[in-house]
Amino acid sequence: MNILLSVGRALRRGAAFLRRDKKAAAGSIILFILLVIAIFPNWFTPHDPAAEVFTPGVGLSWSHPLGTTSFGQDVFSQLIAGTRQSVFIALIVGLFSTVISVIVGVSAAYIGGWLDDLLSMLTDVVLVIPTFPLIIVITAYLKNASFWLMVGVLVFTGWSYGARQLRVQALSLRNRDYLLAARARGESSWYVIVVELLPPMTSLIVANFLGAALYAVLASAGLQFVGLGNINTESWGTMLYWAQNNEALATGLPLWALAPGIAIAVLGSALALLNYAFDEVANPALRPVTRRRAKAVA
Amino acid sequence: MRFLVRRVGFLLVALWAALTVNFFIPRLMPGNPAQAMMAQFRGHVNPSALGALEAAFGVNTHQSLLSAYVSYVGNTFQGNFGISTSYFPLPVSSVIMRALPWSIGLVGLSTVLGFIIGTAIGAISAWRRGGLLDSALPPVFIIISAFPYFWVGLLSIWFFALTLNWFPLLGGYSETATPAWTWSFVGDVLIHAVLPAFTILITSIGGWILTMRNNMITVVAEDYVKMARAKGLKPRRILWHYAGRNALLPNLTGFAMSLGFVISGAILVEYVFNYPGLGFMLLQAVQSEDYPLMQSLFLLITVAVLFAIFLSDVATAILDPRTRSST
Repeated sequence: MNILLSVGRALRRGAAFLRRDKKAAAGSIILFILLVIAIFPNWFTPHDPAAEVFTPGVGLSWSHPLGTTSFGQDVFSQLIAGTRQSVFIALIVGLFSTVISVIVGVSAAYIGGWLDDLLSMLTDVVLVIPTFPLIIVITAYLKNASFWLMVGVLVFTGWSYGARQLRVQALSLRNRDYLLAARARGESSWYVIVVELLPPMTSLIVANFLGAALYAVLASAGLQFVGLGNINTESWGTMLYWAQNNEALATGLPLWALAPGIAIAVLGSALALLNYAFDEVANPALRPVTRRRAKAVA
Repeated sequence: MRFLVRRVGFLLVALWAALTVNFFIPRLMPGNPAQAMMAQFRGHVNPSALGALEAAFGVNTHQSLLSAYVSYVGNTFQGNFGISTSYFPLPVSSVIMRALPWSIGLVGLSTVLGFIIGTAIGAISAWRRGGLLDSALPPVFIIISAFPYFWVGLLSIWFFALTLNWFPLLGGYSETATPAWTWSFVGDVLIHAVLPAFTILITSIGGWILTMRNNMITVVAEDYVKMARAKGLKPRRILWHYAGRNALLPNLTGFAMSLGFVISGAILVEYVFNYPGLGFMLLQAVQSEDYPLMQSLFLLITVAVLFAIFLSDVATAILDPRTRSST
């Protein structure tokens, strides 16, 4: 019963947050639509995305809203079918990276001592080594990286930024009176961390999830674009790969290359807008100011 | 001083980590594809280069892991990276030297320029909180920074080079031009650099604007800024000499931390424009399975980023007396 009540309260607060914050509202609506498309692509695809059965290289028309590829595939259907991979990679990499960030960042701050030194050093080293060249080298050996392999590589390289931020925040919370009180009551470390330390960090954790998801979208699209993903699956990055290799821009089929890029940008912007909104929750100083004084004078 | 000593220590640890990761990647990969490559080399390559490759890729069976590691580190410090397969028989080091100036020119300049312009815009937009610049720019650049770098590159090729014909399509210079220190060649190089530089600038600038704006908002609320206002100093002087200076410090650290992201984007921008720098060369090495070149490029890009971070640490130490005096 208690849980139901608090879920209800959380939902009400979330709804109020969305009503107040237009950036967050726009971001969540876009994300929701993309999620529906990702889960049920068949509701939206007019044609088989892989079928090479149409007149190649056709521009805009009613039957092909975004034209066809030079192989005779329907670009719109490919775009819809590709949604799944980008959205899922974003969510899964975001989730796993955030879990690692929380574990590393919070335990470094909470336990402290040599473990903090070690974990901070590890975080900083992973953070400064340029990840994309590293991913390129790894995937170059593992030809045509599968979905889960790509998830693994992106999580492996994407957790450090969040871990660093979370450590700093956990460090500043660690010696607050209410935490000391919980420890003085004799609560276990687990209780103190999960019930007392993590809840005030929620907005930063969510912001980190969104940041990691955005990183995953862009990095996976980049890898697929240069042909290091599995080029036979449907994804926006793979569409860009085929478009680039068939000189879609120079041969008068700009939509083939522009559409998947816009799709990536839409997903990325939705994540970035939400991220920005959560930044403002975490740091009230950043919330937009309304210029009341100016109005009063006028 | 202690700050700098710590940063030198970190630089060394990070360098060692990069070197070690580079050493173990080919060993951990299934089926070691370098094996086939080494077979082609035997008999065609001088023994010292062959030894360097064997140590780096772990192909030579009678060498222990430890002694391979030691000779790999030694070779790396002597600049002996072995032989490139796609530019055979040129050594990797001389292949890389060809691409290096292009990347330093393009990526280095546009990154620094993006940082300076972005920081200035961020400072001004926080200063005029809620003004025109503040309400328009951050949201626009948040959205732009979510665009894939390479796609912005594709878009600008399509629009400025193919549709409007204002700029050349690809490459670092015209195929007909001969590289020399003449005005016409330098001009040719510059006009080829405009679109890729613009792409890197526009996609990286948003991050600097945002962080600077956020720092600045905190600093503007400080008492010493109020004091400066109360003294009746010119707003411009308060903006740059009082608030701006202090807000810049965290941004400088942020610069170090996000340099890796910018470099990642720049690799794809070079690829899209066929720009003859390190990033384009890295992807070409991947496509032609030139493992020695690929690994050396990864190492070089990493080392370059680590040194850039170290330079920004030094700059922080010079600009911020607190880092110098803290014991």
